[in-house]
Amino acid sequence: MAQGLINANPVVYERKERRIRDPVVPADVDEYTADPIDQLEIFDHIRDIKDPEHPYSLEELKVVSEDAVEVNDKHSHVRVTFTPTVQHCSMATIIGLCLRVKLMRSLPPRYKVDIRVAPGTHATEAAVNKQLNDKERVAAALENPGLVDMVDQCLAPTYE
Amino acid sequence: MDLFEGNFELKEIQKLEGHTDRVWNLAWNPATGISGIPAMLASCSGDKTVRIWQQNSFDTSWECKAVLDETHTRTVRSCAWSPCGKLLATASFDATTSIWANVGGDFECVSTLEGHENEVKSVSWNPAGSLLATCSRDKSVWIWEVLPGNECECLSILQGHTQDVKMVQWHPFLDLLFTCSYDNTIKIWAEDGDSDDWHCVQTLNEASNGHSSTVWALSFNAAGDRMVTCSDDLSLKIWESDPKATPPAEDGFTPWRHVSTLAGYHDRTIFSVHWSREGIIASGAADDAIRLFIRNEEGQHFKSLLMDAPFGAPVSEPSINSDSSCGSTCFCYYMYPISVDGPSYKLLLRKEKAHDMDVNAVQWSSQVSLNLGRDMLGIEVIPSLGDLGIEGTKLLASASDDGTIKIWELASVA
Repeated sequence: MAQGLINANPVVYERKERRIRDPVVPADVDEYTADPIDQLEIFDHIRDIKDPEHPYSLEELKVVSEDAVEVNDKHSHVRVTFTPTVQHCSMATIIGLCLRVKLMRSLPPRYKVDIRVAPGTHATEAAVNKQLNDKERVAAALENPGLVDMVDQCLAPTYE
Repeated sequence: MDLFEGNFELKEIQKLEGHTDRVWNLAWNPATGISGIPAMLASCSGDKTVRIWQQNSFDTSWECKAVLDETHTRTVRSCAWSPCGKLLATASFDATTSIWANVGGDFECVSTLEGHENEVKSVSWNPAGSLLATCSRDKSVWIWEVLPGNECECLSILQGHTQDVKMVQWHPFLDLLFTCSYDNTIKIWAEDGDSDDWHCVQTLNEASNGHSSTVWALSFNAAGDRMVTCSDDLSLKIWESDPKATPPAEDGFTPWRHVSTLAGYHDRTIFSVHWSREGIIASGAADDAIRLFIRNEEGQHFKSLLMDAPFGAPVSEPSINSDSSCGSTCFCYYMYPISVDGPSYKLLLRKEKAHDMDVNAVQWSSQVSLNLGRDMLGIEVIPSLGDLGIEGTKLLASASDDGTIKIWELASVA
């Protein structure tokens, strides 16, 4: 990624202050707990995912926000609407894939996850949405070692 | 109004566990389950293996007889038995298709078909077992000739789909190949005379009242004159090939046309659809449910109107159907002539939480049949379980992201 960054100078935003929740550790969700999974919990799973080409989190780049998470625990359904930093961002599929993989790994298997680009924020919105929600293509992508490495790098925990 | 509502249920006979990843597809061996030969089922999975399951003749329980591993290096997406039941073809994300032969209960890989650029999504045998079709994310469909010694030779590479091809399926008794794709279309392919050249004879797209998103699967009725397709657009569509309604082309091909859309029944992507010999359509979807539909010729004109409304262009000229006896609902014929001859289909039952996760495949066993009778109105009626006799158990198999396969029996509720 030495040359031609998709978005060379992204705007970086302040992180939101974290609400402390006890005693549940968000990274270690117990699916038997009576606490329903809520918006903040989902947001906590995805806010620190790193951008594929910048050393910033998706939260810092306002790619995701708490408001972009819709969750219905009773129906085991989550929808995350993310906002690519630029209209023609070719990283949109990778970002979406990272979101999907992170939620796949963090949520109980009963959850149905829909990932989509915020309406009007991407030139090939429909194509990106279609690909991100085709589980067969997602499964095939996740058998591609190069792609998995890329996703894992974005998902690697950040130590501050 | 709902003749059968509440009268039938899908009863879980057994859950087959063993795969360590999602199960993508399954196939009943067509030569088993008859004449005292125990029924056999193949399943394939994201765990890169194929499992062969067989019914125990003593207590009819199912067990895993063989695990076909160490051949495919990635997900095995699809599997299909040859019509004689002796060979099993498996299609994998590793870009190859393997053919396995049953040698005294052991399965040996006897041939590997290479050529696709990337993931092979589906494989299907023609009715004679002499041709094999495969399709891939590389947008192409390949037709292979099965030669003596199980060697396979590529006869033709069909280009035409503009995206990932999800499924190939031969017509049940004609050498017509049907393919469906991420490009939202269904294509029909036929051979040019005896030149071994294949070409697309029809494309069913949105303009022909087709699907508006990925078409995942298709299946034929027993007579081979109707087809059902399922899609990411959350609908099932019924298509018909009727020489009386659509005159055949010079080459004898009778074009297919849309006759009905079953919308509003599914909440998430429909991955699988299978039409039983008795006329029951099963669907498996990403909402974890299995649904069964049956043709309903009674009192459904209005419903059919609602379902077809987005596609049927209103006409100014009233068109009266002389066969119609629907009384007040005839209004619909004036507005939407498309539903005049469209048979309507109704939900027979919905099995919620059939699996813990997405249902990827549903397939009726081909052998054991229950005979549908007809009531006084000419409506097909499923006999009660008591009428079925000892062998009259209708089995459905389903496969899921939850890693299991389930065997179901369509049973009447006491």
